[in-house]
Amino acid sequence: MNETPGADSFAELKRRQQVTDPHSEVVHFPASEGLPLDSGAVLAPFSVAYQTYGTLNADKSNLVLVCHALTGDQHVANPHPVTGKPGWWETMVGPGKPIDTDRYFVLCPNVIGGCMGSTGPSSLNPVTGRPYGPDFPVITLRDMVRAQARLLDHLGVEQALSVIGGSMGGMQVLEWAATYKDRVFSAIPIACAARHSSQNIAFHEVGRQAVMADPDWCGGHYLEEGKNPRKGLAVARMAAHITYLSDRALHTKFGRNLQDREEVTFGFDADFQVESYLRHQGMSFVDRFDANSYLYITRAMDYFDLAADHGGVLANAFAGTKTRFCLISFTSDWLFPTEESREVVHALNAVAANVSFVEIESNKGHDAFLLHEPELFDTVRGFLSAAARRRGLDDASTGS
Amino acid sequence: MDAPVNPPALRSADTARVDLLLIAEMIAPGSRVLDIGCGDGTLLRILSEKHGVDGRGIELSQAGVNQCVARGLSVIQGDADTDLAYYPDMAFDYAILSRTIQATRNPRHVLEQLLRIGKRVVVSFPNFGHWSVRAQLMFGGHMPQTDTLPETWYNTPNIHLCTIKDFLALCEDMGAKVERVVALNANGTKLVSMPLSAQNLFGEQAVFLLSR
Repeated sequence: MNETPGADSFAELKRRQQVTDPHSEVVHFPASEGLPLDSGAVLAPFSVAYQTYGTLNADKSNLVLVCHALTGDQHVANPHPVTGKPGWWETMVGPGKPIDTDRYFVLCPNVIGGCMGSTGPSSLNPVTGRPYGPDFPVITLRDMVRAQARLLDHLGVEQALSVIGGSMGGMQVLEWAATYKDRVFSAIPIACAARHSSQNIAFHEVGRQAVMADPDWCGGHYLEEGKNPRKGLAVARMAAHITYLSDRALHTKFGRNLQDREEVTFGFDADFQVESYLRHQGMSFVDRFDANSYLYITRAMDYFDLAADHGGVLANAFAGTKTRFCLISFTSDWLFPTEESREVVHALNAVAANVSFVEIESNKGHDAFLLHEPELFDTVRGFLSAAARRRGLDDASTGS
Repeated sequence: MDAPVNPPALRSADTARVDLLLIAEMIAPGSRVLDIGCGDGTLLRILSEKHGVDGRGIELSQAGVNQCVARGLSVIQGDADTDLAYYPDMAFDYAILSRTIQATRNPRHVLEQLLRIGKRVVVSFPNFGHWSVRAQLMFGGHMPQTDTLPETWYNTPNIHLCTIKDFLALCEDMGAKVERVVALNANGTKLVSMPLSAQNLFGEQAVFLLSR
């Protein structure tokens, strides 16, 4: 894989610009309003970059908070400012879509630790005047959620009509429901779990080691050195990408087909289509994501264990909840299998919470939540409409 | 079968499940209800739309669950035999088991769980003591098939069929208080002012309201 330095630096430039000057709204919380972290450190000052779609109604009761996944960002339903590709959830969010922006005010913030305008390891450390790099404090999903709660405060919204997300986004939804019970009217955690499993931590560790083994990582100081651990991060992405798909999905898409050749070459070039596909996934990911952000955010997921945070009993996390829950899982998702969603359902049952649970038949693996899944859309649309009715938002008054 | 009462509320053109309307009548408005085996959510919808009930459902079939949730009902996929254990004591004003108990593996255990999680319990089931059931076995010499029990013996999910008399005996044995028993004939008409043995003969289905 030959790299073209010019193209690389251009993509790189566009991406790095997002850190300090994102194509988004940004709220800056001054040093006096720092964010206390689970680690004991305080992130101060800090910024949260966010996108919104639709209009906030007069009594501020129609906000749907979208939490993005590990490598997602706030660009849910608009072209991505770096890649130019459509937003990652345009099938779900928009006028007339299941999360109907004619009815709801949709908000998606970039997580702290990210690299699209919220404070993260590539942001400037106010103490040194240089990028944080490895000096950025380790963050947790609860820290991310706390930052989002501060954003809601800033917007003057007391309670979200719904908090929704898939994968790491779904874990944040659970954290929201546990930490801010009164601020979540309804919750839609998709393809997630109440804790990160040992297998998932293991996959993350492979990814992190790939990044750190790249000499261009420079002990985490690559920005100051004018370098980028592209190869390490690409390998991390390749490994992770396999876990987002299913054996069946890969086989259906590629089988053992060869890439632009009639026979195997008896070498280590990308003979197979699946190899070429993964290399492409890896390289294009590097264009839009920061290596240290990848380390920090995967770590935050690893630390997630909602039961452990509540005396070892998951039900305790939801005691007294009035939130209406709708959990969704996919049959072929082996990264966050249905059984893990069912554990959350049982914990919610134990506190007699209002919960719906839908398992969707799909062979697309974990990534199904991002893809065209009509049953997913029907579920979200139906559940959200019912929640809106319960919240007193009727179809007519919201102009649809 | 000259049943004296035929209340119009029970005659419904859009549903064959007269037992559901009867159950709905037994539920106090605004209460908290768990409907086990809620199917496509018909009862839950009636309860939440007409009775302002906070309703939840459990359904075995995933297709049924997905349909319910898409229609805005709170339903999870689950099994009456195993999943009731997750609920706390007295979590609901009513636990409803409509036409499902005969399909559970351990009806007594399920009933115990229902009486634990619901302050009141409503159970409906097809009455195997109905005269046509008895007649088919006695004179036809084959396993009975009726409107409420349409399946053949080899593909029926109904593995624990019982009569009204049998169910009363179980309630007595478990110390459950029977607050109301209503038998319905094939037309969905309530059989009232009739001795129990007659209800057991003419009732095609029965609805029980129980408490601890």
